[in-house]
Amino acid sequence: MATQPLEPGTFNPWIDRRAGARDRRKHLESSPLGAVLNEPIPGGASLAYVFGSGLLYLFLSQVVTGMFLALYYVPSADHAHTTVAYLTKEVTSGSFIRSIHAYGSSAIVIVLLLHVSQTFLYGAYKGRRKLLWLAGCVLFALMLGMSFTGYLLPWDQKAYFATTVGTNILSYIPVIGGPLKSLLRGGTEMGTLTLSRFFVLHVFLIPGLILAFISVHVFLFRRAGPAGPIQGEPKALKQSTEPFYPKQVLFDACFALVIIGCLGLLAHYAPVSLGPKASPADTQYVPRPEWYYIPVFQWLKYWESGFAIVGILVIPAFVALLFVALPFLDRRPERRPWKRPVSVSIYGFIFIGLGALGGISHRNDLRDPVVAPQLAKQRADVDAFMKRPFEPEVAGISPFAAVASLSPTVSSGKKVFDTEGCAECHGEDLSGTPSAPALFGVGQKYDSGRLRSILRQPTEAMIDEGMQPVDVKDEDLTALIAFLESLK
Amino acid sequence: MDHTEEIRIGNTADVFQNDYCGVRSISSSRRTFLGLMLSAGAAGLGALLAVPLLRFLLHPLVQATTQPSWKEIGNVEDLASVTSPVKKLVKVEQRDGWRKIVSQKAVYICRDAKGDFCALSSVCPHLGCTIAWHDDKNKFVCPCHNGQFTAEGKLFGGPPPRGMDRLESKVEDGKLVVHYQNFRQLVPNKEVIA
Repeated sequence: MATQPLEPGTFNPWIDRRAGARDRRKHLESSPLGAVLNEPIPGGASLAYVFGSGLLYLFLSQVVTGMFLALYYVPSADHAHTTVAYLTKEVTSGSFIRSIHAYGSSAIVIVLLLHVSQTFLYGAYKGRRKLLWLAGCVLFALMLGMSFTGYLLPWDQKAYFATTVGTNILSYIPVIGGPLKSLLRGGTEMGTLTLSRFFVLHVFLIPGLILAFISVHVFLFRRAGPAGPIQGEPKALKQSTEPFYPKQVLFDACFALVIIGCLGLLAHYAPVSLGPKASPADTQYVPRPEWYYIPVFQWLKYWESGFAIVGILVIPAFVALLFVALPFLDRRPERRPWKRPVSVSIYGFIFIGLGALGGISHRNDLRDPVVAPQLAKQRADVDAFMKRPFEPEVAGISPFAAVASLSPTVSSGKKVFDTEGCAECHGEDLSGTPSAPALFGVGQKYDSGRLRSILRQPTEAMIDEGMQPVDVKDEDLTALIAFLESLK
Repeated sequence: MDHTEEIRIGNTADVFQNDYCGVRSISSSRRTFLGLMLSAGAAGLGALLAVPLLRFLLHPLVQATTQPSWKEIGNVEDLASVTSPVKKLVKVEQRDGWRKIVSQKAVYICRDAKGDFCALSSVCPHLGCTIAWHDDKNKFVCPCHNGQFTAEGKLFGGPPPRGMDRLESKVEDGKLVVHYQNFRQLVPNKEVIA
């Protein structure tokens, strides 16, 4: 049988008959995908329009890498750090995927700022795009919420203390501040319930809202259509439209490639590290938030109590409101930035101000005689932790329960250890914290006489690190020494 | 380039609906070619990006969970009275992902034809249920699908593909020790799995 020529628009008659598609190209034409691909762009495709789709790509990348990280992560204060250490140090490609996720959050902030700045400079929030701008503002806030909640999840020193400070800021809000903080923390203190709450926000609630608002944002964008260039006669622009596909698709794809390349290189050559496990007893730790929160962090330093509410709540709330209400305040149809000196200079001033605050904070950290060495020590702690091989968590039994049950002296020594609060600095599993060393092997390092004297009278170096003299009865001290000697 | 040309290349509606074999179909096939190139590029890149994700996902499958070690069962003198199989528990240290756990496994100590000690895994080679020894019936019976084995673990009835798995055992300093291992189910020959 001679092959019949294909009808135009058909691809494979066998599939087409069974798919009920007589002319796929006509079908594509009327489908949402076709509509998107044929979206006319006034004035033609441009590299200036790539940021929105770049953000969409980054969000998808975060969703995929986040789902994979959840294969190993456990949101509980006693396992979170171990599981992150496991997936970073032991699981194949774990460090790479975690780094893509962590750097991805920074990339989102950068591309978000570019996207907002482009929209602002092009005056693309005007006219029928007011709601589009509002949906974008909600997305901006949700993205900041994502980075704030995600920061705590590894439960290392940096995560713990940055989030302690971050949640404490809520206390500045009059009346509802305190209850709001407790609600977010799941209690007055930071703990395992805080971690669960942040996990739910980070993995279920906020991503769901982001998906919903991305839909709204894209729907409103399709309704309003692209804004096009800032100059040119409307009639001429209308005549020089170009569909979204192929040129803009190519531009967007190239931008996605740049993002993938940057993230991949960073994740490969400078993987994100993990610090030692959070230790609330560490009194020396100097917390620093993620880089994009540093300007706000610096800003908070300038507000003495009494006026703090002005600096921390009133001014930021005013700036945020100004930002959100922009399309309603600036109603002129003029889009060219040089014809909008007031709004452009306010926008520029805020960004220069934020940059300056970040710069000042960085300079202070480098010069402060107390902070600079402490930050260096913290970095060294992180490096040291990263170099240590992964230690699996021993399930069910504590590492010293078995030894302690051996002799009555050892077990009473363990009681002294508990009542004297030694675990606060030396760690509940005795493996040490940044403020005090591990105690395993201490009995081999020092004989009992030496142990007795340093427990009664710690050396000056130990006192500097926060070691207290152990003031207990002689027999208790003997028991404590027996317990320490049993730790191997 | 004049506007009509621009529209001709750009406007798919014109191309698709009006003219399939004229001049304008050139632009149509150019679009199709570009679409194919883009799809192929995206698919290739997607495959490349999927590599670390897959390696990450498959990590537990290439990682040994049990450290091979010999487990002590007891003094040979105490076991001297064993004539029919007796159940003994051994503690096996295992890596369970990020945890180190100690799990108890049941083994049967038996006597082989020569009268030497033998050790049998209690895991059924059929689908992994725990096999029980029935003293009254003088046989092993798997409670799930009724696999039946002799006192030495030889298969004599039911669906299992092979007899019970014999564990390596030896006498060391007057003590019986066994090498606990897991074996693949549903294969006719004993195969160790990590």
